[in-house]
This record gives sequence, C-alpha cells and structure tokens, in this order.
Amino acid sequence: MVELSLPANSKVGRGKTYKAAPGAKRVKNFKIYRWSPDDGNNPRMDTYEVDLDKVGPMVLDALIHIKNEIDPTLTFRRSCREGICGSCAMNIDGDNTLACLKPTDDVKGEVAINPLPHMAVVKDLIPDLTQAYAQLRSIEPWMKSDTPPPDGERLQSKEERALLDGMWECILCFCCTTSCPSYWWNGDRYLGPAVLLAAYRWIADSRDEHAGSRLDALEDPFKLYRCHTIMNCTQTCPKGLNPAKAIAEIKKLQFERKA
Amino acid sequence: MEDMRDAMLVGRDSEGKTVLRPTSPHLQIYRWKITMLQSILHRVSGSALAAGALVLVTWLAAAASAPSVFAQVQWWIASPIGLLVLFGFSLSLFYHMASGLRHLAWDALWGFEKPQFNATSAWIFAFAFVATAFVWGVGFFLVQG
Repeated sequence: MVELSLPANSKVGRGKTYKAAPGAKRVKNFKIYRWSPDDGNNPRMDTYEVDLDKVGPMVLDALIHIKNEIDPTLTFRRSCREGICGSCAMNIDGDNTLACLKPTDDVKGEVAINPLPHMAVVKDLIPDLTQAYAQLRSIEPWMKSDTPPPDGERLQSKEERALLDGMWECILCFCCTTSCPSYWWNGDRYLGPAVLLAAYRWIADSRDEHAGSRLDALEDPFKLYRCHTIMNCTQTCPKGLNPAKAIAEIKKLQFERKA
Repeated sequence: MEDMRDAMLVGRDSEGKTVLRPTSPHLQIYRWKITMLQSILHRVSGSALAAGALVLVTWLAAAASAPSVFAQVQWWIASPIGLLVLFGFSLSLFYHMASGLRHLAWDALWGFEKPQFNATSAWIFAFAFVATAFVWGVGFFLVQG
C-alpha cells in the first residue's frame, strides 16, 4: 500500500553529537540512524565526528571505528569487508550500497547513513530481511531436473554458460529490492528485483528443466508485474548487475509463451 | 492483517517484551534518480491526458451545440488559465508519448544498460520540451498570421 510518509513511531528525531578529539585535522560528520528496542523512543539521527586520518577509506571502516572507539552501542551487520557477503548493505548518502565498497570520499559533506529503506528495523542499521528471504525461498532457487543424472557433470556449452553471467554474481544484499518504490508499496506480494533476478537465473539455465513451471509460478499480477521499470534496482546495484533487464526477460518469455 | 509485512514490525526488547519496530525511512531519504522521476511523471502525465481529453471533448461538444456556447468555451480556453491548461496538456502529451515509446523499447529488451536509459531519459525531456515549444510556436504564428 502506498504510504508516502512514515508512521508516527518511525518518524526520525534529532540525536546526540559525538565530538571529535581536539586536534583532529580531517573531520567528517557521520549522521547515523539509531533505534533501539529497549528505550521506547522514536528513531533518531546521531552525529559522529570522525577523524579521517585515523580510519580506512571506506564507509565501513568509519563505522567499525565508531563502534570500536566512540560508541560501542552502534549496531550494524558486516562480515567480509570486500563486497562478497552482502551483509553491510545500507543506505549511504541516499543510495543503497555496500558500506565496504563505498569510499567515504565519494560523499560530499555529511555522510548520512540509514538502514535499507522501508523495512522493519531490528536495531540501528539492521533491517529485518525475513520477508525477502522467504520470497527467495518461494522461487525455489536450485536446479530442478527430471532426467536422471548422468555419470559425470551436467554439461553446458560455453554459450549456455555465458547466459548466466551477470546473474550468478548476485550476493543477495537486497540493495536493489529495497531501492524499489514498487517493493516499498507492495513488498508483501511483489517479489522484488533481487528475487526475480534469482528466478531468471534458473529459468535461463540450460540444465534446469522447470522453466515452464517457474514461469507459471511467476505469472501473477503482483509477484512479477508490479515491476514498472522504475530502474532504481539497476541504478543502485553495488555489483553492477542488471535486475531490471532480467525482469524484462521474464516478462518477454511470458508474452512469447502466450503468443 | 492487511499487509503480512506487519508481522515483521513486531519485535522484542532485551527483556523479551514485545515492541513495535519502526519502518526505516524511504522516500524521505532516497536520492532521486532521473528514471525514478520519469516513472512517476509518466503516471502524472497520463492522468493529465485523461483530464485534457475531457477539455477536448467539452470543446468538441460545444462546437456541435450552439455558436454562443462555443464562444463561451473558446473564451475560457483563451483565458490565461485555459492557456496554462492547454500548455500542460500538450507538454503531457509529448512527454507521455516519448516515455511510452521507451516503454515499448524496454518491452522489446532494448535500452536496459545504465548509460542507455540515462541517455534516453535526457532525450525524453528534450523531446517533450522541444515538441511542445514547436507546436506552440506554430500555433502563435498561425494566430498572428
């Protein structure tokens, strides 16, 4: 449902400011979304003055510095720090991206950091991804084949394998899904770009024998057709992938099937 | 429950008591992209065209009824507000046309690379303004004529 403004308990207030140590030369302000289930307050934006001479180049470096040196209550997900685990997906300076791949110098002025948009907040920068994971499960993202397995591997030509390029690289960070206004309004039933990209990855796989039933499952006014080519997904993907195109490929296959 | 995502809004504090989780900010903080803007403008211009069609039908119906009625509608359309409505109608028409053509191209799988759709976005705005200016230029020329 389209709700342009935030509900009363989600309105973001002003928070505290944590001053940099005196003598810090290159100070940058990080304005970070904070919410804790324990204090009964609305979310707020805390400002941390960070001495850039003391931290690494990426936004994640600054977040880890804040947690280690300034405020240990700051809560966020992170793991690999090299853009392959997808844990540190968040909204930085208005765009969804991975904190570990986003250079702090790319942001002019204050660095505003919010959780992935329009999600239930578990704490601070951690969104609840239960729904997105359940939707991924619903498209059955594994190879389904009825023919008995051969003695060796199931072989593909180089061309067949090349069709999967640009899709197998998806790390399921859900930057794209949570950038999509259609998912904001209809995410209860629309599958969103990340899950539809995963769906097309299996439809396009020459070894998978269930393209038909996969397309049947997606032929739904909400699951697939709430994509209105807004393009935020492709604009924002931190891995440079193209979910919008994968969705268009599915729509085209649905059309060709009927024609 | 109208929206099953409401279930995700129920959390627990450290004592185990249930609390209502906030929804993270979206439109309030998301940086607008040109494609995002054009998507909503496609709908806005489409609605404007529906309203403009009513104006067109009123004008035609007036022309078919009586000279006095037609003169009244003509007067209204030639008023500053009427001209503004006509201008918005024509701009919406050319914008919606260009944007609609891109939707056709997208349906045929053309133009999905980032440099392509950012370029076509610029073309759409350029076409809408140039075509509108051209039509109004011709219109004024004919009236002055």
